Amino acid sequence: MIHTPLKAFHEEYGARFVEYAGWEMPVSYTSIHEEHNQVRSSGGIFDVSHMGRIHVKGRHARKLLERLCSRRISDMKQGQCRYTLICNAQGGVQDDVIVMRMEEDDFLVVVNASNREKILKHFNTIQAENQDRATIEDQTLKTAMVAIQGPNVIDMIAKISSEIPTLKRYRFTIKNLMILKVIIARTGYTGEDGVEVIIPSNMVSMAMKLLLKDFDTKSPDAPIKPAGLGSRDTLRLEAGMPLYGHELGEDICALSCGLDFAITLDKDEDENGIPFIGMEALKKIAADGGPAQRLVGIKLDGKRTARQGNIINLKDTPIGIVSSACLSPTLGFPIAMGFVDAQHAESGTAIQIDTGRAPLDAELVPLPFYKKPKKVPVASA
Amino acid sequence: MQTPTDRKYAETHEWHKLDGDVLTLGLTQFAVDELTDITYVQMNDVGSAVEAGGNVGEVESVKTTSDVYCVVGGEVIEVNGELEDSPELLNSDPFEAGWLIKIRVSDAAGMDGLMDAEAYEKSCGN
Repeated sequence: MIHTPLKAFHEEYGARFVEYAGWEMPVSYTSIHEEHNQVRSSGGIFDVSHMGRIHVKGRHARKLLERLCSRRISDMKQGQCRYTLICNAQGGVQDDVIVMRMEEDDFLVVVNASNREKILKHFNTIQAENQDRATIEDQTLKTAMVAIQGPNVIDMIAKISSEIPTLKRYRFTIKNLMILKVIIARTGYTGEDGVEVIIPSNMVSMAMKLLLKDFDTKSPDAPIKPAGLGSRDTLRLEAGMPLYGHELGEDICALSCGLDFAITLDKDEDENGIPFIGMEALKKIAADGGPAQRLVGIKLDGKRTARQGNIINLKDTPIGIVSSACLSPTLGFPIAMGFVDAQHAESGTAIQIDTGRAPLDAELVPLPFYKKPKKVPVASA
Repeated sequence: MQTPTDRKYAETHEWHKLDGDVLTLGLTQFAVDELTDITYVQMNDVGSAVEAGGNVGEVESVKTTSDVYCVVGGEVIEVNGELEDSPELLNSDPFEAGWLIKIRVSDAAGMDGLMDAEAYEKSCGN
């Protein structure tokens, strides 16, 4: 089992650990719902060091990534992040990743922990096939990564940096904090504003002290507290964000996941355009009337939670399957995501979920379940 | 882990506390820690019969849905109504305020097969 460089930090805060994709990670420190509410109301800090960080660099780095990614890469600016899919030839999803453009020919790709080795192998295979001049380096174990998320996070960070709060969504900056090189990106996976930070592993304890020195994270009303993977999952689910192994997978058509913004089917049509792996298959699916199933949001009656794999019925006829579910701590009712036959995917459709216990009444609803409230400007006197 | 010594424990992590012919049943700290946040509790109805070793209800958490078992036979005489609105009581106080169900015992033979606190802690790896 791989230990995160932040193990001592987690132990200090009384974390309970679980194994996730070969890593020992904190699932929660106090309670999943408490940490969830802390992130929605103020701020939480997550260790996401298990996420893979793959460096792709060299003269053909762009060309290689254009072939691998479902969105354009060449038009990205330095300092920009882009969410994209890595598809297989059939148009299924190998992973969803964030590409960060460090320099002209230098990219960092953040991948899911459970897919790190598969994606590394895939990148190397495609590079070798095309004899691209690019180096592919797994930097996961050399670095740590933390996500700081919540409505008060940017204001708190403003106390230690004037630059970071000016970053737009999906931009990043590289800061030299004492002798540390730290990458700070305005990204996240909770539906809240915030940042994700990449730090060299051997410096992470010191960096955490510097980052948190002005915040008493142990006081009961601390603006930022540690939060575990348990609340990360309920937060992303409320925000309608897909998770590999649930809403994304090799056998799930990329066009069925509600991620059309991240799939550029005419990618090869501009000057020097390069088709991505899976594009032809997806074009054909789109031309033939679209994918057979669609990802939907589900609101359940009562308080019982559905589970991944439960069958979705429309008047006793199976029309789909649940991919993720939880009792929404923010909304107070159970929610789920799932795939249903495209002709039955309309919001408002009344369905039943077969849990193998009592059947649960539910309704299809639009995603996301939760949208962060717009910041109201303070009225001037 | 503070495991009370005034009751007995099943391998399936229920505690059984017998007081005269009334058994109070709940889940252990180890069990609720493993389940993570409890979100819903559904116990069998008051008045229903309980078979020794049978299912007396279900507990749902963020992580999973679990059946709850009872080693004695009898009749349900009370369920913990507090848990309907505050299932988190089960996480914060599983041995006292978070009790699940009370049963009037007619067949207590199953109690003999249960573990004491020390044996139970050992079985949990402590």
